[in-house]
Amino acid sequence: MKMINLKINDQEIVVEAGKNILDYCVELGIDIPTFCHDERIKSEGACRMCVVEVKGINRLLASCATPATDGMEIKTHSPEVMEARKDVLELTWASHPNDCVVCDANGDCKLQDYSYEYNLTSIPEYDGHKRNFSIDDSNKFFYIDPEKCILCGKCVYVCKDLQGVEALGFNQRGHDTFISFAFDNGMEQSNCVSCGNCVSVCPTGALMEKSNVMFRSWETKKTRTTCPYCGVGCQFDIVTKGEQVVRIDPAPGTPNEGLLCVKGKFAYKFINHKGRLTSPLIKENGEFREASWDEAYDLIASKYTELNNKYGSATFAGLASAKCTNEENYMFQKLFRAAIGTNNVDHCARLCHASTVAGLATTLGSGAMTNSIAEVKDHDVIFVIGSNTTETHPVIGSFMKQAIAKGSKIIVADPREIELAEGADVFLKILPGTNVPLLNAMMKVIYNENLHDIDYISERTENFETTLETIQNTDIEEAAEICGIDAEDIRKAARIYAAGNKAGIYYAMGITQHSQGTNNVKSIANLALLCGNVGIESGGINPLRGQNNVQGACDMGGLPDVFPGYQKVFNDEARAKFEKAWGVKLDNKVGLSLPHVLDGAYEDQIRFLYIMGENPVVSDPDTTHVKKSLDNLDFLIVQDLFMTETAEMADVILPASSYAEKEGTFTNTERRVQMIRPAIKPVGDSKADYIIIQEIMNKIGYNQPILTPSEIMDEVATLTPIYGGVSYDRIQELGLQWPVLDHNHPGTKYLHKDKFARGLGLFSEVEFAEAKELPDENFPIVLTTGRVLYHFHTISMTGKNEEINEIVPENFIEISPKTAESYKLKHMDHASISSRRGTTKAVVHVTDKIGDGVMFMPFHFADGANMLTNTELDATCNIPELKVCAVQIDGKL
Amino acid sequence: MSIYVLEEQLNEFKIEVIDKYRDTKSPLMQILQESQKRYGCVPVEVQEFISKEMNITTAKINGVVSFYSMFSLKPSGRHILGVCTGTACYVKGASRLVERVEALLDTEYGSTTEDGCFTLAHTRCVGDCAQAPVIMVNDEFNGKVTSDDIPKIIARHRGKNCKK
Repeated sequence: MKMINLKINDQEIVVEAGKNILDYCVELGIDIPTFCHDERIKSEGACRMCVVEVKGINRLLASCATPATDGMEIKTHSPEVMEARKDVLELTWASHPNDCVVCDANGDCKLQDYSYEYNLTSIPEYDGHKRNFSIDDSNKFFYIDPEKCILCGKCVYVCKDLQGVEALGFNQRGHDTFISFAFDNGMEQSNCVSCGNCVSVCPTGALMEKSNVMFRSWETKKTRTTCPYCGVGCQFDIVTKGEQVVRIDPAPGTPNEGLLCVKGKFAYKFINHKGRLTSPLIKENGEFREASWDEAYDLIASKYTELNNKYGSATFAGLASAKCTNEENYMFQKLFRAAIGTNNVDHCARLCHASTVAGLATTLGSGAMTNSIAEVKDHDVIFVIGSNTTETHPVIGSFMKQAIAKGSKIIVADPREIELAEGADVFLKILPGTNVPLLNAMMKVIYNENLHDIDYISERTENFETTLETIQNTDIEEAAEICGIDAEDIRKAARIYAAGNKAGIYYAMGITQHSQGTNNVKSIANLALLCGNVGIESGGINPLRGQNNVQGACDMGGLPDVFPGYQKVFNDEARAKFEKAWGVKLDNKVGLSLPHVLDGAYEDQIRFLYIMGENPVVSDPDTTHVKKSLDNLDFLIVQDLFMTETAEMADVILPASSYAEKEGTFTNTERRVQMIRPAIKPVGDSKADYIIIQEIMNKIGYNQPILTPSEIMDEVATLTPIYGGVSYDRIQELGLQWPVLDHNHPGTKYLHKDKFARGLGLFSEVEFAEAKELPDENFPIVLTTGRVLYHFHTISMTGKNEEINEIVPENFIEISPKTAESYKLKHMDHASISSRRGTTKAVVHVTDKIGDGVMFMPFHFADGANMLTNTELDATCNIPELKVCAVQIDGKL
Repeated sequence: MSIYVLEEQLNEFKIEVIDKYRDTKSPLMQILQESQKRYGCVPVEVQEFISKEMNITTAKINGVVSFYSMFSLKPSGRHILGVCTGTACYVKGASRLVERVEALLDTEYGSTTEDGCFTLAHTRCVGDCAQAPVIMVNDEFNGKVTSDDIPKIIARHRGKNCKK
């Protein structure tokens, strides 16, 4: 490492070479003004505010773009420097509208701050041409006011280099330059994804969020917390004025590096929405009436006693929540296991990554993302299969694009030509449910061409020889035909993947939501093991978790077979530990999984169901069956923020506080336990879920001291080895990635280094089996489901944002032009679609991004996709086959 | 589709231009210049076509096209008419001439008339200040122009090659 001597002002320092002057000044705590500088993007030296004087050079240098060299003597605030900066400000000021008193950015504007700091005279020295531009307010969430733009270019570079979209550009030149989408068409016409990252970096009022609330920056308070949407776990500040959330500001650093997506940045209006439940509701004669907490608790306690006496604890079940905190999920399963006495506790992970937990636990010993989010940018090959990453995990999608810009190869396998497919080195447009033939064929190519990692296989894995037989039995041409793709593309993909030294596989529901879900996951593990691509930095298997805390809800034992930390309920040693801690005898039988809870309700085996923060009426397959099942319960408790489709069916509704009103932790997709913090007081009479659960535990006769979230985490840590070293004093800044074995353990960046959690990596023989329901004469089209960027799951949160609803207002299908033609359907027609289980309506989107005979429908809408989906399960993990079923188009409506 | 470039011309453009430069070091400028040369402009449709073919965003292409004065979105008129607005001409009343020209041609400075006959081009000092104010039409020089001369100058050129 080369060291250099620098003299900055009067300080002499010896530093490692390689950075620009500005970086060293910042390290010394010297405040240098900048407009265009952002440490995440290449310095353009555009604004000239950061100029400094360097001895021996007869002009001022832009410190952000000038590498520091040995012996430099730098002055950061000499009279010449100050004069030059003031000149820059005077010139900028000369063509600026200067309407600070009514500008929304007042108090939050660098131009204003520096003008004050550098003492600009109120009468401008230069009388510049004012520019005459119109405001572009065509985007739903923000507007561009080019007259207030100082052309620092940050928005353009953030959009291009960090977000990977490049919707914004410089238009025209010189004095006439302005920032816009191409051809000066409005942003609405552009490829903009409304992430708002341009808005977040704008130093003036040129890019501003459209806001219904009037506020000044000095009236607001900021609270650092974790995003409640997907599993990326972005950190941001909730900006509040009084009890109102007025803005979200992305936080720098881990894991999102100052980026957000449209949901995190703009879809916060559910928090203060008028539809929030503010008081417990009890259903009487089919109508809800407001009730006090005591009334609601008394009703729950009496129903509990009555049904427990009559039918026993095995008829009780609970659905924990991937939206709630770790502490809440821990208490929820404790309520069921310790206070009620049943393992019938599950949650929506059953519908998303049950197959990952099963498949990766078997093959590697741990069912989580093996790499960290920061490692995404350093892969040399990225293989995305069954994940529409830029829409479902947008910030990870952006990091993938950054990796590609740095030279990483990318392979995409998906039934739809998703955004990542556009620039992919190989795009495999496979038919829904044909992952295994593709993966087996790729492995055969790799083995036959001797591209596998022989040393890794012999040192770190087992069962290779038997698995090899299955792989060798695959006929590549035949596999290509099953998948509906070209065999040559399979070969190409295999060679690219095998050539990677640090290849990362990313997958989501396209792999897991199948009757062969566990086998799909095992097949992925086979491929990674074959090439030695697990257990290394930036190389691994990465299941992308869909919800903010679905990882945590699983970790906390919100599953019917495990206590917190995946300790099996039938393991006597584990059970004894929990019995001792909780002071009661515990059930040793595995409880019912979510689909079986619903079936049980339908068949009178389940009488009492407590649903916390889930909406199975919309999220679970075969809506008709779900409704009938819930209807047949003796007693249903729903705890939620809103009157969801599921809440409407409840006997009692408990109003919960949102993530913005409570303390706790979420565990993101990279296993990082991160804090959430209260920004406002609980809305109405709502209570945090962890309080409600503990109060109910006491009401039904279990002596549970009411603990704070921090105290609950301390209890979790004593019982859960992978969380052993987690405590609130350690996770205030960065969070910790499990396993964190004790209080000195630093957490784990990537899993399976040197040794797998289970010892040796297990190869598994995986044979292809077709989906349980395939197209036939009556139902000739394959339906596959998924998400869109703008909405989240059952839209109970995103649907409270008008702008989001304007963009994606209703259910839709995507079909190919040929499919559309055969049903005489045109783009934007309304159509009726049926499967063996039900019928729904949707707007038709005709697109060549999807193959002939295949249909895509988002699963967000009530009485939508899940009217049609199949309840067939994966035998190992009980995940329903949400990704494949047969449908027909009944016709135009 | 653009009135300046036909759809079948785009295919030809792909084969003869885009495919030729696709793998060169910085192909965009060459491709844009080729469009300007062939069609007299780089219209929106061509930019969108290049964007799709090259996987370069339209924001970027548009940035380049609008930056360089050698590119235009529409083809220039058959005659380039410029009122010199250099210092001497300006002092001698060039701005009144500009107003008159704009009124007579019913178009703004910097754009092209509806019939495609004239483009009003920004023109700075042409070096014959003694003759100020000056109007250039293509390479024809008109010195000491008065407001009343303008209709004649326009009529003279409109006659040439300007029948629709």
